Amino acid sequence: MDLVEFENVSMRYGEDGPLAIENISLSVKENEFVAVVGPSGCGKSTLMKLVTGLAPPSDGYVYLGGKQVAGPQKGVGMAFQASNLLPWRTTLENVLLPLEIVAEYRHKFRREKTQFEELGRALLKRVGLAGCEHKYPWELSGGMQQRASICRALIHRPSLLMLDEPFGALDAFTREELWCMVRDLWQEEPFTVVLVTHDLREAVFLADTVYVMSKGPGRILVRKPVNLPRPRELSVTYTDPFADLVFELRDHIGRIREGS
Amino acid sequence: MTLAQRKRLLMKASPWLLLVFLILLWELVCFAFQVPDYLFPAPTEIWGSWLEYRPQIIEHATQTLFTTVVGFALAVAFGLVLGMLVGSSPVIYKAVYPLMVGFNSIPKVAFVPVLVVWFGIGTVPAILTAFLISFFPVVVNMATGLATLEPELQDVMRSLGASRIDILKKVALPRSMPYFFASLKVAITLAFVGSVISETVASNVGIGYLMLSASSTMDMGLVFAGLVVIGVMGVVMYEVFALVERRMTGWATRGSDPAF
Repeated sequence: MDLVEFENVSMRYGEDGPLAIENISLSVKENEFVAVVGPSGCGKSTLMKLVTGLAPPSDGYVYLGGKQVAGPQKGVGMAFQASNLLPWRTTLENVLLPLEIVAEYRHKFRREKTQFEELGRALLKRVGLAGCEHKYPWELSGGMQQRASICRALIHRPSLLMLDEPFGALDAFTREELWCMVRDLWQEEPFTVVLVTHDLREAVFLADTVYVMSKGPGRILVRKPVNLPRPRELSVTYTDPFADLVFELRDHIGRIREGS
Repeated sequence: MTLAQRKRLLMKASPWLLLVFLILLWELVCFAFQVPDYLFPAPTEIWGSWLEYRPQIIEHATQTLFTTVVGFALAVAFGLVLGMLVGSSPVIYKAVYPLMVGFNSIPKVAFVPVLVVWFGIGTVPAILTAFLISFFPVVVNMATGLATLEPELQDVMRSLGASRIDILKKVALPRSMPYFFASLKVAITLAFVGSVISETVASNVGIGYLMLSASSTMDMGLVFAGLVVIGVMGVVMYEVFALVERRMTGWATRGSDPAF
């Protein structure tokens, strides 16, 4: 079943501003891991706003879970390049924030706080943050903050997880560690992910399907299924099939550059 | 004593050292140039006046402290509410700002006669002047704190299904607290300015009145004793709010000393 569906979607900001994305059609199956790659300014973030209903499309239709998206969607998890943790809350309190907001949980939050805290602790432990529950975000390193941010996006078991260049500000080693963290989380209990990134290796390593977008206005150039077997070890990134895939995608991006 | 300890001791003692130095300098200048007491009294002379008129000074100072604190409390309550309205709605922001800036540009001393016509002389105009002069920074800071909320954080909250009230309660208000406490420190000192102005123009109690009547008899020692008492009260109140600020918003300075 398709969880997300785009039907000929175009979007422009303002009345007669330039098109940010043009005529996009794509679908994301339930528990599919989709990556969207493209040069900067190709409207990847616009795509995110459309899926989550934070902005309406100028043209076409967006469906989430079979229903047309109108207004902000409840229960979508989001994580950005900046971790956006609240500095006055401890890591655990930050992770539990969605449970205080989402309609399904907020009424039980006071009553079942201890259970929820256990849930938060367990999730933090899974991403390697055991022992950091009562630290403040500014006491954590950039990579650890990002782990906590992803925990916050997952704690309420959203039907869809949107990741907007979540590893963009991290160094190469930390980034690879976090790839493995996301891979493990997804492998243990699959959920639907749309990952927006400009790192081709990241996209190929994590995703089932990679979409390549062109620049201004954003259009989908290629839809490329990644058929590498799962679970994928980090060493897969040094094999020939992986390199071929990355190279093929890189070639498309290269053409976009020349074309513009 | 280690170097670090000595440095910390110096930090703690520095305001007192500077104060003692300035008083000594003042005394020395008065002594060296034989400045007459009725123009510019030496610190020893002011101390003499304090000892002589202590009961009266304390009585009038209590009145001033009372009007200041009441006016300040009104300003905080009013400023908080108006600041929240202005900061959370662009329309109100646009509508209210020019009016408020215009109002704040009126010297409040020009307003005291109006208050006297309405409320008579004494306590009420003093409270109201303190209120009028000190609510502005609270409104501006509160509005700024709320209006500068990161859009991404709003997106995260909205995609969880948070209402405006939720966003205000969970994110915007706690985030504005450093702005709010900064404004309290400005407002309390301004409140003293307001109440003393009003007492000077239209009252028969309060430090302002005491100083006016002392200067009409050329008792400069008493005038200066009044000035010093106002200054001391201002510093004490400032420190109280600085302490509350450190307690409440330690996260904003990452738990370290608030300076570069």
